Amino acid sequence: MTWVNAVIQGILIGGLYALFACGLSLLFGVMNVINLAHGDLAVVAAYVALGVVAITHVPAVWAFLIVVPIFAVLGYVIQRTLFQAALHRSVLTTMLVTFGLSVVIENGLQQFLSANSHSIGIGSLVSDSFSIGSQITIAYLNLAILVVAVIVLLGLQYFLSSTTNGRLIRAVADDREAAQISGINYRHVFGIAAAIAFGTVALAGIAFGMFTQFDPTIGTDQLLLFAFEAVVIGGLGSLWGTLAGGILLGIAQEIGANIATADQVLAGQLLFLLILVVRPQGITIRREPRPI
Amino acid sequence: MSEPEGRGVAWTEERGTSDEGRRRLKAPRRRAGEGADISGPTADPDAEPDAQVRVTRSRRSTLWAGIAAVVIVVVLGYLPYAVYSGTTNLLVDFFLLLVMASTWNLLAGYAGLVSVGQQAFIGLGAYFVLILADHGTSPFLAIPVATLLAGIVGLPVWWLVSRLRSGYFSITMWVIASVCELVIIQISSLGGGTGAALPGLNLSPTLITAYTYWATMIVAVVVLAVIYYLLRSPIGLVLTAIRDDETGARSIGTRVARTRRLVFMVAAAGCGAAGALYIISQQFVVPTAAFSVQWSAEMIFITIIGGIGTIEGPILGTIVFFVLQQTLSHYGTWYWIILGVVAMAVAIWAPRGLWGLISDKLGLRLFPVGYYLWPAGSVPRRRR
Amino acid sequence: MSGSAVTGYADQPGAAGLAGALLEVRDLNVHHGQLQAVHGVSLDVPAGTVHAMIGANGAGKSTLLRTIAGLHRPTSGSVLLDGTDVTGLRPEQRVAAGIVMVPEGRRLFPSLTVEENLLVGRTSARPGPWTIEAVYDLFDWMRDRRGQHAAQLSGGEQQAVAIGRALVANPRVLLLDELSLGLAPVVVRRIYGLLPQLLASGVTVLLVEQDVSQALGVASMVHCLLEGRITLAGQPAELTPAQIESAYFGVVGNGRGKRLGNDQAPTPPEQQAGSSESSGAEP
Repeated sequence: MTWVNAVIQGILIGGLYALFACGLSLLFGVMNVINLAHGDLAVVAAYVALGVVAITHVPAVWAFLIVVPIFAVLGYVIQRTLFQAALHRSVLTTMLVTFGLSVVIENGLQQFLSANSHSIGIGSLVSDSFSIGSQITIAYLNLAILVVAVIVLLGLQYFLSSTTNGRLIRAVADDREAAQISGINYRHVFGIAAAIAFGTVALAGIAFGMFTQFDPTIGTDQLLLFAFEAVVIGGLGSLWGTLAGGILLGIAQEIGANIATADQVLAGQLLFLLILVVRPQGITIRREPRPI
Repeated sequence: MSEPEGRGVAWTEERGTSDEGRRRLKAPRRRAGEGADISGPTADPDAEPDAQVRVTRSRRSTLWAGIAAVVIVVVLGYLPYAVYSGTTNLLVDFFLLLVMASTWNLLAGYAGLVSVGQQAFIGLGAYFVLILADHGTSPFLAIPVATLLAGIVGLPVWWLVSRLRSGYFSITMWVIASVCELVIIQISSLGGGTGAALPGLNLSPTLITAYTYWATMIVAVVVLAVIYYLLRSPIGLVLTAIRDDETGARSIGTRVARTRRLVFMVAAAGCGAAGALYIISQQFVVPTAAFSVQWSAEMIFITIIGGIGTIEGPILGTIVFFVLQQTLSHYGTWYWIILGVVAMAVAIWAPRGLWGLISDKLGLRLFPVGYYLWPAGSVPRRRR
Repeated sequence: MSGSAVTGYADQPGAAGLAGALLEVRDLNVHHGQLQAVHGVSLDVPAGTVHAMIGANGAGKSTLLRTIAGLHRPTSGSVLLDGTDVTGLRPEQRVAAGIVMVPEGRRLFPSLTVEENLLVGRTSARPGPWTIEAVYDLFDWMRDRRGQHAAQLSGGEQQAVAIGRALVANPRVLLLDELSLGLAPVVVRRIYGLLPQLLASGVTVLLVEQDVSQALGVASMVHCLLEGRITLAGQPAELTPAQIESAYFGVVGNGRGKRLGNDQAPTPPEQQAGSSESSGAEP
């Protein structure tokens, strides 16, 4: 692989990372909670898609049309019940609860399904590709995922900036108390944000499942950390920042893989640490001080 | 609720406010039941001008707890002579969990630093021992060195993460642990991804088991003692102030940053010690196990279930966790599922954990780190 | 019509008495953790009036207002709107019922534009005369600047937008918390000059104000709070400066009758009356 190809592959996978990251980022921006079960939810979605395909014989490529809405509803319900109960105590409790949820999900998957890895079979689509020049190969699937990711981010951007519910989400994210006395039921708004987060992470999980092998542990082992790194590298508060973060992470990983296969994940993490050192202020300081 | 002896007095410990920190009543350490008479400012402005308030650091229940602790330690110390190695090995695991959970509790419950990445220091502690043993040091002698090194490594790590907000801090610690793991996998002299055996244990298996057990027991006692005295010291007051109100703590000039850094390094050292003991007990180390996030899961669940923010909490939590682990071990992953559900339930409905429930009901503090105020007229019963 | 201005309520012309009040607070007790901020406060605000609450920092005024708005749960006592008990309602439900607060410090949504801030205020709006357009008519500069982000406005402009955000919900009772904080006197006067228009549109106002002279100037009824208790209630015309001063500070007046003129609010009392309790009630 040449360096140029590495960069291009990085851009392609960056879309997927951005898709993973935007749900994490949204929930953190609105509720101040990092959902440590985020990666595991993606894995569950992939398994559910497998099941849906097996039962309904829908072509795997369209499985997401069924699974994503289910997860959106699930997100709303879990937020209004479990997370809200924990939020009543504190943000810390909520994060610990998401950690507990992550452990339960991961072990539940291992208990009820096997620990073997699977993949969502989409036939030859996985490896179909076209070439630019002699060095650059672009897989159709990867390109499709990038396109989908950009479309989703565009849609999310539009939703947040131009719709009523999007405006409510931004208001609650800015100042929850002021939102309450403006007549907003913030629990419902949290629910909507969670629905979006669960829906996007389901989509990302299904895409991931088509793209590569997955197993019950990969959610915590890799996906959560990738999503978080993309958020941090790109900066919180902007969806395009998340896309940039995902792409930069992808590029770093591909360049690392170019050096040595074992360096792939490490390269991304080193970039993450570098950003932490070089631009911590962009990461640690919110736009406005958040009232408790 | 019946009033246990001495109830109706003020708890001013973990629940204390920065007011308490400011008051800094320095009662000399006495045996429980005695107190220093301090005629300080009374709470009630309408009281008699020379009414007195007595302040003690402990009560009779503490005396019993202290005696019980000494007895337990003596009994535990004798165990290798009395029972099979299966039991002592079990207890080694127990002590390891206790050490890790106690340090996590110190970090999260007092300094407000919720780390999901302490496994970084556990793994580092294990590998420090490996490196030292590869160079000829006896692994047991390497334990304190590895502990110290882990604590020192805590400093640059702290520099990386100290300015991060709570959620970010948590996951970044996880990422750092992952980085440590990935880097070590690359180092073939340390066994790389497949792991390495620990050299230097040239003793009979019985002796190794016994020494491992005693080393672990000693470390556990030392760690608990260090934490206890840390929390009773002025640093402990700062930590309580931070925990209760960080803005307020900063405003009265406590050195918040320095204290948190110290606690972070102490916790790192504690986990380093645990890692050192881990490699000795396994006599083998593999990066994915040494740096596994499962360590964090154990620490977190134990502390949540037992009770965050008290010393007794992690002890109780380790016991509960351990019992569950032993009873459910042949059910495989069920035990993690049940544990996870229990932890979530406790976090939401009993946020102060099992120990919190117990100590509220019985008014018990076995390892008190605060002060007891005995208002004028309420004389504790003493047996003389 | 002098009435007893110190502890009771002065008779108000045309008032139907307690039974006819739009907003009633009955025996409210509010705690912040172990500290009691409001002790057994009762007050009645008849429709179409402006009631002012004055008092030093920490007297409990804002806590009281926030409890009426629903942001704090009282330990005991009740809040009634037009005879209906709203104590159990959440803040957004109270907005729908007609209690809307303009919080201390404006608290606009900084990442939203002016118009978006107003749109958010419409979330649980009741039907009524106040629309966004009506707010633009009230503050003529706002229409042209409606696309600007709220964080870019001056203090006075933000205060206007905050009031507008509350108005578009068509409140029956408008709670104003410390309007004058951080604003120039000229701006404060202009804002308070809007009150007659608000009243004319059917809004009843309960305001908290540190600037005593400003409060006396606009209110038909004044309550003074000290350490969470009402120490004075009456019509401004009937209260002497000495009465106000003694109620404000909680010390017995010395008869020197210092006028509380156009200065800012008096400095808070120096001695800490009362003490922090150390009884071991678990939260």
